[in-house]
Amino acid sequence: MSALADLLSSGIVRTVLIGAAMLGAISGMLGAFAVLRRQSLLGDALSHAALPGVCLGFIIAGTRDLGSILVGAFITGALAALIMMLIVRRTTLKTDAALGIVLSVFFAVGVVLLSWVQDQGGAASAGLASFLFGQAAAILRSDLWIMGGVGLVALALVLALWKEFKLVSFDADFARAQGFPVTLLEATLTVMVALSIVVGLQLVGVVLMVALLIAPAAAARQWATTLGPMVALSAAIGAASGASGALVSATTRGLATGPVVVLIATAAVVISLLIAPQRGLLWQALAARRARARISDGRVLTTLQGLAAAHHDASYPAERGMLETALGARAPTARIAALERRGLIHPVTHPPETTPHWELTEAGHAEAASLSGKPAPAQDGGTQ
Amino acid sequence: MIASFFGSIPAMILLTGILVGVSGALLGSFLVLRGNAMLTDAISHSIVFGIIVVWLLTGQMSGPVQVLGAALTGVLTVVLSELLARSRLVKMDAAIGLVFPALFAAGVLLISIYARDVHIDVETVLLGEIGFVWLNTVMLWGQQVPIAVATLGAVLVVNLAFVLVLWKELKLTTFDPGLAAALGFLPGVLHYAVLTLTSVTAVAAFDAVGAILFIAFVIVPPATAYLLTRRLWGVVVLAVALSVAACVAGYVLALRWNVSIAGMMASMTGVWFALALLFAPGHGLVAQALGQRSKRLDHDCRALVAHLFTHQDTPAMAEENTLRALVDHLRWPEPRARAAILRAHDRDLIERRAGLLTLRPKGNAEAEAIFGRIEPER
Repeated sequence: MSALADLLSSGIVRTVLIGAAMLGAISGMLGAFAVLRRQSLLGDALSHAALPGVCLGFIIAGTRDLGSILVGAFITGALAALIMMLIVRRTTLKTDAALGIVLSVFFAVGVVLLSWVQDQGGAASAGLASFLFGQAAAILRSDLWIMGGVGLVALALVLALWKEFKLVSFDADFARAQGFPVTLLEATLTVMVALSIVVGLQLVGVVLMVALLIAPAAAARQWATTLGPMVALSAAIGAASGASGALVSATTRGLATGPVVVLIATAAVVISLLIAPQRGLLWQALAARRARARISDGRVLTTLQGLAAAHHDASYPAERGMLETALGARAPTARIAALERRGLIHPVTHPPETTPHWELTEAGHAEAASLSGKPAPAQDGGTQ
Repeated sequence: MIASFFGSIPAMILLTGILVGVSGALLGSFLVLRGNAMLTDAISHSIVFGIIVVWLLTGQMSGPVQVLGAALTGVLTVVLSELLARSRLVKMDAAIGLVFPALFAAGVLLISIYARDVHIDVETVLLGEIGFVWLNTVMLWGQQVPIAVATLGAVLVVNLAFVLVLWKELKLTTFDPGLAAALGFLPGVLHYAVLTLTSVTAVAAFDAVGAILFIAFVIVPPATAYLLTRRLWGVVVLAVALSVAACVAGYVLALRWNVSIAGMMASMTGVWFALALLFAPGHGLVAQALGQRSKRLDHDCRALVAHLFTHQDTPAMAEENTLRALVDHLRWPEPRARAAILRAHDRDLIERRAGLLTLRPKGNAEAEAIFGRIEPER
């Protein structure tokens, strides 16, 4: 713990932590809308398309000035979104082809510009490559103000247009019928995704940015069933992944921040997919197991009832082989023991045979009757 | 002669680019038509993980076993994404977007931990080093052939054989998977075969163009060809030709500007696409805009004829059948009115007689065609 306290007392580490948490929170919040609107891969295309903008911002400003780099990234990202829309609306190419074209061509142009800058620039351009995979340690104190500003604008927009965004995310057709400016709202959401990509570039870089949009939202979706908690949780998971990833990469030499953050966020998704209540895979498996057990118990009870009815003996003792033959399936020992525990059947002996037999108790008869819809057989003496 | 060809650095760089482009375009045509283009994106990112794992296990980067082993990661990505989507916990697009960044991130981390001193570094992963492919050579039939050229050549032969032999089946499963399944052609198996070959090609192309630029070689030329032709063989042949042209032009420009060769080749595929998007005959944006303008002009022309016909030989004719009336009464902007009059004049529908616009016989016929259908009901 004292090592952690030492770390936190360092001003640089604090800056990195605050910056990373902020970036994670912004992308988590906006990513939730992107995932709900099935535009996850648009984020991938836009983040790759930010690379030429990063280089152009650098070329125009002449230094690694975060402000102009972010503006450049935002402009090419928005341009990519526009071209995407143009291709989808005006040609017969499908959305995925449009995404792939925009992603790969913009990235290729970015690679060309990057190689040009590195050829010309020398030392000052070295920082640009960190936009490929992110380098949280490169975050400066002055950068925090820019990120904070962008974050506040995004938060204010989400709060002000909450109802509209909710409607557009879940039922755009209904929103249109109600007279909301759906195209404008969708464009706003896309622009905001581009904005979150732009600020997230420093943390995870252009290649892995998509994971920081999708993973927190996909994890949050497993725990939350309404939009408010989902967005809040997504922002929290994003912030936690960002902060812990930045911490790991800041303390280990040579680890780019992006991959660490992405793996942490992915771990959050895997855990959520497994154990989230109701939706989680383990939860589902448990529920399926319970349902199977309930059905199997019911069939054992009704089979015993049927045997009792056929023999006109309410307390007819059935042997396991007989039970399984009538059931047409195996009757596992654990299930029979569970039925005994619930007081629905009880074991009896049936001399001269030595194998265990079972008969329905009164509660067992009642349960079987409610399951099969047939009344319990009358107590009329029996075979003995 | 052959030795000097394989010993020439520019020829080898260009040949590598062309081999990547042609192998990618062959498979990409089917991926784009089937709407699976983004699976290429997922595959090409996640093979980074496979390549580094295979390298850690065998200490080799090239060789048939290594290529196939690394290609498995690409197929694994698709399988994992489809499984995740089938659990219905996340949608397909989010599933793709969850699986490949995770594998890619793991691959990048493994590189930065284990392979920092070796010749693969993190930037090479993204951008490739097509300029240095000639450094690693292998002896083939008495020639020093770059390993990348040998591998990509083998991949191209396999891809070409696959497409030629299974042409009919690929065509059917691409356009009507339902019918293909009903006829017993196993569209699922073919689908995975295409994706496996894409993975293999991505691994082979990785050294030369990196993980991401590969996407441009697979998707963009077929998409461009699709804008220009409607026949499947046309798409495939044109895509291959566009790839080759992009490699040659990209190489020349990269040398002139001293920039990334692979990046410039991939950018040129984008230039072809932009040109096709704008100027494709019939479907290009320019043709669409011209078509729209021409339709609008024709419509104005009919409106003009109808207007003149209504007022022909009435007392208001002197006032109505003039350019002024079109501007003042129909509220057309003057250029629009002039354009409509010119068009009608060119089509011999109207003439100017004594300062008034009057219908020629052809114009009268057109007006009767417009109004004629209503007349019997009056």
